[in-house]
Amino acid sequence: MASAAERLDEHQRRDVRNRWLLSAPALVIVFLAAIGPLFVMVAYSFMVKGDYGDVRFGEFSLDGWFSVLFQRDIFDDTLGLADAHLSILWRSIRLSLITTALTLAFGFPTAYFIATRPPRAREIWVFLITIPFWTNLLIRTFAMQEVVRNEGILNTLMIWSGLVDQPVQIMYTDAAILFGMVYVYLPLMVLPLYASMEKLDFSLIEAGYDLYATRRRVLWRIILPLVRPGVIAGSILVFIPSLGAYVIPRVLGGGKNMMLGNLIELQFGAGRNWPLGAAISITVMLIVMLALLFYVRNATRSGAQHG
Amino acid sequence: MAKRAKAFDLRQQPGFATMAMVTFFMLYLPMAALVVYAFNAGNSMAIWEGFSLRWFYSAASNERVQDAAMRSVIIATCAALIATIAATMAAIATTRTKPYRGLTFKYAFINQPLMVPEIVTAVALLIVFSRIKVWTGYSGLGFLIAAHSAFCIPFAYLPIRARLESMNLTLEQAAADLYATPWLAFRRITLPLLRPGIMAGFMLAFVVSLDDVVITEFVKSGGQDTLPTYMLGQLRRATTPEVNAIATVFLLFSVVLVTALFFVNRRKA
Repeated sequence: MASAAERLDEHQRRDVRNRWLLSAPALVIVFLAAIGPLFVMVAYSFMVKGDYGDVRFGEFSLDGWFSVLFQRDIFDDTLGLADAHLSILWRSIRLSLITTALTLAFGFPTAYFIATRPPRAREIWVFLITIPFWTNLLIRTFAMQEVVRNEGILNTLMIWSGLVDQPVQIMYTDAAILFGMVYVYLPLMVLPLYASMEKLDFSLIEAGYDLYATRRRVLWRIILPLVRPGVIAGSILVFIPSLGAYVIPRVLGGGKNMMLGNLIELQFGAGRNWPLGAAISITVMLIVMLALLFYVRNATRSGAQHG
Repeated sequence: MAKRAKAFDLRQQPGFATMAMVTFFMLYLPMAALVVYAFNAGNSMAIWEGFSLRWFYSAASNERVQDAAMRSVIIATCAALIATIAATMAAIATTRTKPYRGLTFKYAFINQPLMVPEIVTAVALLIVFSRIKVWTGYSGLGFLIAAHSAFCIPFAYLPIRARLESMNLTLEQAAADLYATPWLAFRRITLPLLRPGIMAGFMLAFVVSLDDVVITEFVKSGGQDTLPTYMLGQLRRATTPEVNAIATVFLLFSVVLVTALFFVNRRKA
């Protein structure tokens, strides 16, 4: 006869086993069509590139990783830095950081505005943020094209107001990419910010004013520290897709202003260098992981402070 | 003293309301411009030549657009169905329990598609699927459905899990006390209570699949354009307001779906 404790233990073990079986379909699908391929890609980055794309299967080489940062001179075979790659890497990081800063600058007041409305009105304002959030990314990029193209809203407005007398070329520049990214990723900043501001304890703010703090001081010394987790979450949510942006620079940036996403595509298309493409992809993923690590560390630390 | 306290609004910050209004205006202005130009009578996107519905007719009678729209709906329906079923099972397996070994692992695994930039997943899938295509000779919609199912799972999972966490086990235990089999208790108790979460999950998964550009662009074989990849291809050429017309219909569809979702959620609350 098994004791009661043993039976309970057996029961629990069966429960856990059932729970694994139940979650198996989701885990298998995600493994086969998302995580597994990432491992295969790591393997591909260490293979010899095929002449017409793909790789020579099973032939080991470090050339893919090597060409992420370096290139051999065509004439004298000397080593040099791959300037094109480095400038694209730098542009991607720079544009992503500026995008994050700008979405924060617009998103913070917006989220605060929503969080300080009466509850019924709040729902409507949040709804107005979620509509663009769930609208097709391509359509929103395309909508931004209507603003920045030569005959677009921005140029029409600037000519009409007499600011300039010729249309300014914005389309196919870094500025156009920036406009597009800020526009497309803004909801990703507002939503987490709002989530943390909604829980804001206004008695703390009242205490601040009672102690003769100015509005600005209350903002910097009370509100900002309290909503820090939201600021970090929003920044991560904007930074990650910005760094991997592909559609926005392709549509608004034209052929010359590439970002990492387009550089990766190039290697799998006309470049016919799959190992290099795989190596760049993994580099992007590593940068993202670093950002996430930073997030986790900061989130737990600020949690400890207030908890 | 009381009068002064009333005039002083604790919550206000100078300039924030103005910034918020500017933000909302900026969010909707570009989309409004896109919709307006869909009704342009002229041939170019550049110059307004009067109101007309011709580009809507032209898009609706374009065979490639019909094809792409059909394909988009087929993929989104299959992927959302698969993802919702898998996510429902996974949600039941990961909620309403004491923490057990592997629980955090499951969370991380299921949400992984959200953590990696789409372009990275896209090329990884391109690598694997192109090899499978060569080995098996099969290049049908199965690949797109598999890829879409995977990235739809976290979107379907979140609302279902949230709903489950707000339900307690009392009713299921009562059913078990009355000799209901686990399956009967699930069908008669858990499932009806869970329905709003499942519906929300399905709709999110459907929209996410319908909207996908990047992964579809890399995984599709020749002639497998969905509506978004068709539009992306058109944008590279000299564009006519036909693209605006397609985008407008697409936009309208998204707005209707999100509004429906909004009301589903509100009824729940």
